[in-house]
Amino acid sequence: MILAIETSCDDTCAAIMDGDRLSASIVSSQTEFHALYGGVVPEVASRHHLELVNPVIAEALEAAKVSLSEISRIAVTNRPGLIGALLVGVSTAKAIAYSLGVEFVAVSHLEGHIAANYLSPEPMEPPFVCLVASGGHTSIVMVHDYRRFDLLGQTLDDAAGEALDKGARLLGLGYPGGAEMDALAACGDPEYITFPVGLNKQGNLDFSFSGVKTALYYKLKKLGGEEIETHMADIAASYQASVVKALVGKTIAAAMANDCAQICLSGGVSANSELRRRLFEACDSQDIRLRIPPPELCTDNAAMIASAARYLSAIPFPEYLSIGAMASGGFAA
Amino acid sequence: MALEILSRSEEQTAALAASLAKLLEPGDIIFLSGQLGVGKTFFIRHAAEALGISEPVTSPSFTMAQTYDAGHFRVHHLDLYRLSGFSADDAVDFEEYFENDAVTFVEWPERAKPYIEGPDVVIRIDHVDLSSRRISIESSNARIASGLEERHAGSGD
Repeated sequence: MILAIETSCDDTCAAIMDGDRLSASIVSSQTEFHALYGGVVPEVASRHHLELVNPVIAEALEAAKVSLSEISRIAVTNRPGLIGALLVGVSTAKAIAYSLGVEFVAVSHLEGHIAANYLSPEPMEPPFVCLVASGGHTSIVMVHDYRRFDLLGQTLDDAAGEALDKGARLLGLGYPGGAEMDALAACGDPEYITFPVGLNKQGNLDFSFSGVKTALYYKLKKLGGEEIETHMADIAASYQASVVKALVGKTIAAAMANDCAQICLSGGVSANSELRRRLFEACDSQDIRLRIPPPELCTDNAAMIASAARYLSAIPFPEYLSIGAMASGGFAA
Repeated sequence: MALEILSRSEEQTAALAASLAKLLEPGDIIFLSGQLGVGKTFFIRHAAEALGISEPVTSPSFTMAQTYDAGHFRVHHLDLYRLSGFSADDAVDFEEYFENDAVTFVEWPERAKPYIEGPDVVIRIDHVDLSSRRISIESSNARIASGLEERHAGSGD
């Protein structure tokens, strides 16, 4: 039985996995948990994780109806992220592993997003090409098998989710406003404005989104208040379409180049309706099978960390006591 | 020492960033302010490249911090855009990014006022048009200030 802990960003998360079955997954911003521990959205600060980590773990154990003594392996996200935030999870995990005398596994957040695809209701088997698109990541990964990955491409500047959130901010929709932009774009004309598509260079699989954001700033300045107001939905749709076009184009190109007939999507941006629609269309026309995990497994959670930990080697005692948190870094070194 | 430069291209901004980087040493803290999309991360990317960072310097807006290894020192890139309601307790999370073994760039430093202070260089970038930016660089650090003066005497406009 695995207990997984994730504190790399805003949410404090814990999950319990029993073999292939996910028994519990608790995320601190979940409404029911919020009601119990006060309705403040946690800041990205270690003290919030510190306050929440024990109650979140306790809640996960209770929801799974297991006791700590039944846990045989502790998994924790140790990279990448804000060191102080990561350290809360890592130190907690070490303490539990040490006191129970059980296995300790360190997981990268990116490996976690990939492993979200191995969970029910529709577990995916490698090989597949995985697009991880969130507020902090945009990576295309070739997943050869459960333990072997190749990073095919990544963003060279802004993440896709960040491009959408900041674009929404420029449109006056608040921050983070990716979801609001998605809703607004649904009734807009994506061909109203042509934005530069966030492709870096043709022929490679890297992304660049910062230019799209700057283009939006100057476009808004040129259009002026009245036209912006009248065509808000069209501008949002056009902007979103340019971000999505890059994601879809490069992901399909990655699958074709690697002769791979399966694509998985993970990360918070997988909730974007334009991305889902365009990727489904593109996969359909190329006879590629597409799988998108349910939203609660795409956004930050510890279930995906537990899932990844099933395929990683434990770090023996006492070596794991010196495992640190790392600000950067992706796959197991 | 305050320098104001009208950069007319990305190349010119990149060259300015690289030339500033040559004056930096571990322990230096550089603040960058300016609107969304003005090119703060772009500036830092080219400064970091001149400091010997070969991997892509990406936006750390989401995790708020990214660390790079420049060989004999580190480069921290902080982005406080998402912060709100910063307090003295939160400042503890950032202390390790302000030690003497690293060059530290901070985007949106105003979000953490007054808890993060004492920059060696303050850079402000403003939109002019799609390719041009007005860039002001101020330094109260004597070593950097005299270096800037030497390199850019008469180049401001």
